[in-house]
Amino acid sequence: MTESDITLYRLQACPFCERVVRKLHEYGLDYQSRFVEPMHSDRDVVKRLSGKRTVPAIVDENTGVTMSESANIVAYLERTYGEGEETAGGVA
Amino acid sequence: MDLDFDVVDLDPVDHPEAGDTAPDFTRPLVNDEFWEDESLASVCADSDRVVLVFHAMDGAFPATYIWNEIRDRAWHEQATVVGVSISTPYEHKQLLEEREIEGDYRLFSDPANGVAQQYGIDMDLDGMAGIEEPRPSVFVLDSDRTVEYAWVAENWPDFPDYDDVEAQL
Repeated sequence: MTESDITLYRLQACPFCERVVRKLHEYGLDYQSRFVEPMHSDRDVVKRLSGKRTVPAIVDENTGVTMSESANIVAYLERTYGEGEETAGGVA
Repeated sequence: MDLDFDVVDLDPVDHPEAGDTAPDFTRPLVNDEFWEDESLASVCADSDRVVLVFHAMDGAFPATYIWNEIRDRAWHEQATVVGVSISTPYEHKQLLEEREIEGDYRLFSDPANGVAQQYGIDMDLDGMAGIEEPRPSVFVLDSDRTVEYAWVAENWPDFPDYDDVEAQL
């Protein structure tokens, strides 16, 4: 509905997803949640996007970035939307 | 057929009629791959014609019959068809799979029945304390949510006149 630039693919009750959600809230970022299939083998929508079936996965149309794995996503959000301080590179 | 019982008559209700604007709402809309909050207004804006089908809980026989019939009539070729029931998104995913309608139809999840209340078509279920459902209903809407056709059940159980709805598509 609302055209958010950021789409988060998430799983209900997934702590890794909630970690990303907390970061999005921390930076006041508008995002759209898409809840995906709990069965890993059925998560084709995420596979098509990121090449992997893992969640969380994020699509950021501001930067054209699609990525998965919460540590990577959190580092990306800090780097892109964090207050001033550039996080040291290579946090993958 | 001579039956020695009557189906339940439902009291008349005040629901949106042809010419009215259907109330907007936002609920998780379930498709074959994920669900996300979506408004009826945005569903309508993306389509010339929307059929909004309020139905019994996923798993109840009326829900099964109604979606089998809509599937067999291929309404999705002529309109955007979305369902609403009180079932959860997980149950909706299962209904889409079991009726083999995934990809063609999407279902709004409204466990608290708030959408039915907005439409004036909420209905208590005898013997199921704490659970209410929408009365079976079909609304055909244009892209501005103007109601072109409305059918609301007067009996329980009751099914839409599928030919009547089709005449609107």
